Amino acid sequence: MKYTFDFASLQEYWPEFLRGALMTLEMTAIATVLGMVIGVLCAIGRRGKRPWLAALCGAYVEVVRNTPYLIQIFFIFFGLASAGLKLPIFAAAILTMVFNVGAYTAEIVRAGMDTIHPGQIEAAEALGLSVPQIYWDVILRPSLERVYPSLTGQFVLMMLSSSVTSQISAEELTGVANSVQSESFRSFETFIVVAVLYFLMAMLLKFAFFLVGQAMFPRRRRLGTPL
Amino acid sequence: MSAVVKLHDIHKSFGTVEVLKGVSFEIDRGEVVAIIGRSGSGKSTALRCINRLETIQSGTLEVCGHRLDQPTLDLRALRQDVGMVFQSYNLFPHLTVEQNITLAPRRVKRLPNSQARALAQASLERVGLAEKIDCYPEQLSGGQQQRVAIARSLAMQPKVMLFDEVTSALDPQLTGEVLRVMETLAQGGMTMAVVTHEMTFARRVADRVIFMHQGRVWETGPGEMLENPQTPELQAFLSNGL
Amino acid sequence: MGGSFTINHFLYLLQGVGWTIVLSALAFALGGVAGFGVMLLRTARSALLRRISFLYVQLIQGTPLLILLFVVYFGLGVVGIELPPLLAAGVSLMVYCSAFLGEIWRGCVESVPRTQWEASEGLALTRWQTLVDVILPQAARIATPPTVGFLVQVLKSTSLASVVGFVELTRAAQVVNNSLFTPFLVFGIAGVLYFALCYPLSRWSRSLERKLNVGRRQAA
Repeated sequence: MKYTFDFASLQEYWPEFLRGALMTLEMTAIATVLGMVIGVLCAIGRRGKRPWLAALCGAYVEVVRNTPYLIQIFFIFFGLASAGLKLPIFAAAILTMVFNVGAYTAEIVRAGMDTIHPGQIEAAEALGLSVPQIYWDVILRPSLERVYPSLTGQFVLMMLSSSVTSQISAEELTGVANSVQSESFRSFETFIVVAVLYFLMAMLLKFAFFLVGQAMFPRRRRLGTPL
Repeated sequence: MSAVVKLHDIHKSFGTVEVLKGVSFEIDRGEVVAIIGRSGSGKSTALRCINRLETIQSGTLEVCGHRLDQPTLDLRALRQDVGMVFQSYNLFPHLTVEQNITLAPRRVKRLPNSQARALAQASLERVGLAEKIDCYPEQLSGGQQQRVAIARSLAMQPKVMLFDEVTSALDPQLTGEVLRVMETLAQGGMTMAVVTHEMTFARRVADRVIFMHQGRVWETGPGEMLENPQTPELQAFLSNGL
Repeated sequence: MGGSFTINHFLYLLQGVGWTIVLSALAFALGGVAGFGVMLLRTARSALLRRISFLYVQLIQGTPLLILLFVVYFGLGVVGIELPPLLAAGVSLMVYCSAFLGEIWRGCVESVPRTQWEASEGLALTRWQTLVDVILPQAARIATPPTVGFLVQVLKSTSLASVVGFVELTRAAQVVNNSLFTPFLVFGIAGVLYFALCYPLSRWSRSLERKLNVGRRQAA
């Protein structure tokens, strides 16, 4: 069978695609910030002195990392709805993203914290720094610097997997693609266009993280080498 | 005597840095040549060019009848004629001593297993390690590993052997055993090119010493030349130790 | 509404688990073969092959699996190949796995010291002989933990096959939930089943990695 590509008939949907892509980026931006907060808190909790908190944080990380994101979405979205809590789809989608990426972030940040030599902490204690100060200046900042590449890689992956939120009718890029393909009957072309858009967004995101990294970690910039 | 290794006006650059600036020398059959010089003088690079681990940019280079400057070069035939021993031994950590030695004879020369094992046995005897045939490299001392590496090269029955600072990674007390093996090889008539920092070895064992400086052959002569250096550079090199 | 969760529902979910395992095995096997090819291309001597395979990896890793699934599903449809959902999902997961496994294995191959290549070259081994006899056995040791870890990734990814109508565990859970309307329970059970598949693999991967690190420290 011969197939003729027809990308032209998709032109009228351009504003739709753009709207979807922007929503994907918006969701990603919010989930990155919140996921970062959850992840760092959880990593600290796992290292902390309270066994119940460490166990709780550990369980959260393991559960998220060993179950599919789609199941998490269904559990949270339909579960909350059945319990009478009807969240707007946008909020529900972000909630699942944060829930998911928080665990991965926690694991990466913890790995970074584990590379901090105990002598560093002892030195800080000997200098009379408080525990929060030690956490911020001696543990967190250098370990974030060290894991920055894997951390940002994880956020790019999250942006890509946010396509799954289309399954609860989120109007992000994949959701838009679904409605466009059913209107235009040009499914193949639609998803090729969307694949390219995701790819470009992934590049854009990587570049943005690179710039943020340059601004945040001057040592890295000055030495010119990844640390 | 015919030359087995002939370098003529060899030039070699890494990027914009010219490492060899017209190097020429020859090595006769059965001759032992020690190549000395500071780090960065190009001595290791010159050695690595001889078995084509580095490609040259210009000049003529002939080894055991193989023209290395020609596109028709049969690389595998060259490598079978030239053995090389490295500073960091480069034994294969996942293979036993026997497997290390027999890998190339079995794969390249298609020797049957029994014959390859006999060959491994014989090569190990030449380096005095026959009893270590079933060990893994990490069970051996650095000196023993280097001797196994020499046996591995010997098993391919090369016509020329290249030694690239083979004792530099060893403790002084382990250096001796490796140098003794090399001396035995030299007495057995092996053609050898030895890049080394061991001046005593160079003086005693080498038929000829080549002093390289800034990418050139600066001074060359018999071992005694080290007692009577002609150029101020060799003089300075010798008096500074390394 | 739909009544309560019975043993039959559970058996239906278990059947889904079976198909999840089948799909994972298929994806991993096909993806492993293709990933091996990607690894060879990524470490090839020709710069052109390296660049093309790099682009392939970037492209696949920069596209959501869900979109990949749709492209394969609709793409094969328009060229007239009507694949059953299992194969359509299998093909997309293969492509997905090939990029990730190829990249993981490339890293392992490149972590074998350059000098091992040189020593083999010096012994007149061909490039292929060097790869098979010298490099891969060493790379395989390093590659085991991340490869097992990626298996967890594959298992989780198969849940997306539900979207093109393949009845694996996630789809089965949706079906059950559609009749019972007890999402916490049904998706909770599905989650536990996934966890039971993935967690042992995660633990295994981590313990392999620890052993490897201990071995390395002793060797050094």
